[in-house]
Amino acid sequence: MSTARVGVVTFPGSLDDGDAARAARVAGADVVRLWHADTDLSGCDAVILPGGFSYGDYLRCGAIARFSPMMAQVVEAARDGLPVLGICNGFQILCESHLLPGALIRNDHLHFICRDQRIQIENNTTAWTKDFPVAHEIVIPVKNGEGGYVADDRTLDMLEAQGRVIARYVGGNPNGSYRDIAGITNESGTVVGLMPHPEHAIDTLTGPTADGLPFFTSVMSFLNSAGHRTDAHAGVTA
Amino acid sequence: MSTTTRVVDTVQRAATTPDIEQPWADLGVKADEYARIREILGRRPTSAELAMYSVMWSEHCSYKSSKVHLRQFGDKQPKTDALLVGIGENAGVVDVGDGWAVTFKVESHNHPSYIEPYQGAATGVGGIVRDILAMGARPIAVMDSLRFGAPSHPDTTRVVSGIVAGVGGYGNCLGLPNIGGEAVFDPCYQGNPLVNALCVGAMRHEDIHLAKASGVGNLVVLYGARTGGDGIGGVSVLASESFDATGPAKRPAVQVGDPFMEKLLIECTLAMFQAHLVEGIQDLGGAGLSCATSELASNGDGGMRIHLERVPLRDATLTPEEILMSESQERMMAVVRPENIEAFMDICRRWDVIATVVGEVTDGTHLQVFWHDDLIVDVPPRTVAHDGPVYNRPFSRPQWLDARQADEPTAEKLPRPKTGEELRDALLSLLGSANLSSREWITSQYDRYVLGNTVLAMPDDAGIVRIDESSQRGIAVSLDCNSRFGALDPYLGAQLALSEAYRNVAVTGATPLAITDCLNFGSPEDPAVMWQFAEAVRGLADGCLELGTPVTGGNVSLYNQTGETAIHPTPVVGVLGVIDDVRTRVSIKGGRIGDVVLLLGTTAEEIAGGEWLHVAYGHIGGMPPQVNLAAEMALASLIRAVREHLTSAHDVSDGGLAIALAELVLRNDYGLSVQLPLQTEAFIALFSESVARAVVTVTVADVDAVMAAAAAAGVECTPIGHVTSDAALDIAGCFRLEVEQMRQPWQAALPAIMA
Repeated sequence: MSTARVGVVTFPGSLDDGDAARAARVAGADVVRLWHADTDLSGCDAVILPGGFSYGDYLRCGAIARFSPMMAQVVEAARDGLPVLGICNGFQILCESHLLPGALIRNDHLHFICRDQRIQIENNTTAWTKDFPVAHEIVIPVKNGEGGYVADDRTLDMLEAQGRVIARYVGGNPNGSYRDIAGITNESGTVVGLMPHPEHAIDTLTGPTADGLPFFTSVMSFLNSAGHRTDAHAGVTA
Repeated sequence: MSTTTRVVDTVQRAATTPDIEQPWADLGVKADEYARIREILGRRPTSAELAMYSVMWSEHCSYKSSKVHLRQFGDKQPKTDALLVGIGENAGVVDVGDGWAVTFKVESHNHPSYIEPYQGAATGVGGIVRDILAMGARPIAVMDSLRFGAPSHPDTTRVVSGIVAGVGGYGNCLGLPNIGGEAVFDPCYQGNPLVNALCVGAMRHEDIHLAKASGVGNLVVLYGARTGGDGIGGVSVLASESFDATGPAKRPAVQVGDPFMEKLLIECTLAMFQAHLVEGIQDLGGAGLSCATSELASNGDGGMRIHLERVPLRDATLTPEEILMSESQERMMAVVRPENIEAFMDICRRWDVIATVVGEVTDGTHLQVFWHDDLIVDVPPRTVAHDGPVYNRPFSRPQWLDARQADEPTAEKLPRPKTGEELRDALLSLLGSANLSSREWITSQYDRYVLGNTVLAMPDDAGIVRIDESSQRGIAVSLDCNSRFGALDPYLGAQLALSEAYRNVAVTGATPLAITDCLNFGSPEDPAVMWQFAEAVRGLADGCLELGTPVTGGNVSLYNQTGETAIHPTPVVGVLGVIDDVRTRVSIKGGRIGDVVLLLGTTAEEIAGGEWLHVAYGHIGGMPPQVNLAAEMALASLIRAVREHLTSAHDVSDGGLAIALAELVLRNDYGLSVQLPLQTEAFIALFSESVARAVVTVTVADVDAVMAAAAAAGVECTPIGHVTSDAALDIAGCFRLEVEQMRQPWQAALPAIMA
């Protein structure tokens, strides 16, 4: 079996696209750089929407990116099972695209915050978290200005009941996210939105830890396990 | 509707109407400068020419007061092979080995940041990033050196929160890691906060680009943001005059930034470099189009013709003079061969960047600017860009300095802590002081992780970024200045800033290579300030010669004064070092239980200008610590030689050994058990700020090797204790402080100021 292809989308204003690509490469992926204005997923088996300020994000974060030609492809493929990880701005774009419920708003303290954050992985069955042990605590950077996750109580209750809160802040909530939510997934566990930045924690030379790497190895394991990869691939290129 | 047609002040009209009154004084032009312009042109300038000369001959752009002194940086330049491009370009370029070149520069944006802190600071970052980009480099990191007024003053929180949010907001959105800097509070900056932003960029040697327009028929392209009415006269009105409480509002002279556009500009420009589409390039910063056109033309080998009406505008009512003076941000100007223009435009389209051919390189010798069909500027470009006025401003040592230097902070006059309890309280008050407390309130608003190459960042002594993932080669940068030293003696003050920045780079294990400086002073029209400036430049030039680190470029900011009161001389020095393998860097973080703590360097009784004196008495008097650059070099080479043996290293500077030890404990959550050398009074051992010192930790097995290396290097090396597991700083015979007792005031201070 050939190496899985993981696409990283660059929007104008994406900043962590290089970091996400590096992380996927270190996890063993054949990385493909995707351009926002293109309409071809280039046969990618999974896609990462990286952090940054897509189109400047002077409006609601992710509100413009959602309408990009590449996102139309990503949304369609995600509905067919393509694993998608949205980190920070990518999470905001996933919410704006309605691939995930809820929204991300300005941090409650009104400042941008960058710090090393403790996080508990609460669901280790998704395409992007399956390499983590159960209820595992990690430390990875969080850095955002609009990282407060909000949704109505019914949605939050539903997410909790279905085990779709995949990660929660521990030891202090950095941005006022409801119920300390750091990341969620869709019903099938293929689309994950995460506010903290695992791509900045793949080695201890440049990151606080290497705790972020399993997000990227997880999708490789997921794609290499029977069936998933061909399905997603077929959905995209058909 | 009335149809008033504005008369275009053409070159022809200027020649035939020599006696028209011109508003040169309002534009900040002096009478003799106006006379000189008329002499150069052989006629009166047109209003557009007057606008260009006024901004380009401003203090900010022309360095007219500082030039005669800055020449020393060239005259005293040390012999070095490292300098690929020296002073005079947008930024200097240094060879860091393996075919890599690094360009770095620090620049001020002080005056705008007082009026409009967020935008002033944001566009300060934007401006320096474009300077680095214009050299052909990919910007890889930023740093900021900030000065604010008294922590207790009611206006301080406005300035701090705006400036920090501006530096962060712009840099974060560009995707550049902020890897360090300084933030200092002092009443002397109340009406004149300082924002000095540094950017560093990396490129291959062959990618160096210069600001020159050559090749007759080549096209001049303006690309990036549209031109608006913001920042008109920013350099002449704002940055070249003192603030005056009664003057009109200067807010319109502040530019407004759009970091997203700048991010596009970076990617777009790098793509053009990669495709070899650019013959010459210049960013538009202070003095806008006036600067870019005159500098490109002046550095080229022909003339240049510009069609000003082609400039895309944000505001269609702008006059040609305003278009020439506008400092709208996020614009660049490139010189492109006609055969490459389609490819150039394709790249701009890909990044949604507006690009317009506004002119061409001619075989003449003049810069000519047309407004539709009228010739409104016809000047030798060099007279605008380079041959501005040069002032030999009078300078003299102020008489009050003798009294200040004689006002030594003796123990009799200013009692010092003696007992263990007093020493303990002194340390706690320093830890909770505005200048030595945790900088986290500031640094947590900056992204230090983006790009994935940050190896060290605040609160480490220097920032380190990797420039090559395959070889692990990296660079280290530190920005430093203690302006109280400069207030005591500007010559020594500048050398002490250099000394500290050099040491901060050296303790990480990197090799210092070159420096950039940002010289912040009061009004050059005051002979005392001019003397301080002259002394600081002389000190820095002499210091750089001794250390072998050339000045690659920098910036001068004068008129930092409110009324008659100038800021302390603040020569901020940035030192760039190289480290061949970033994995071998030494950090404050490190050290294991049982490791031995060594104090490197020699401690003398040097209290004046230091943090303890500032916090305890706010006293400015006496002589600053002795400069010993030979000792700095010895310390640097020692650390480089033994870096594999060091489990951690931290420079000893502000607040002395006491603060260095406390910071080790706070950073590592371990304890230190310390025995101070018996021959020195405990207070001096703890709080003196003698130069060329560091604390390092080494495993017991490596102590002998490090001590032997120190002896060989001529560096005093004193074992002063060891790392313990009990999370406390224990100074034998003096005091013991639990880590949490220190952390509380240390962490609470800045948030309390900002609350």
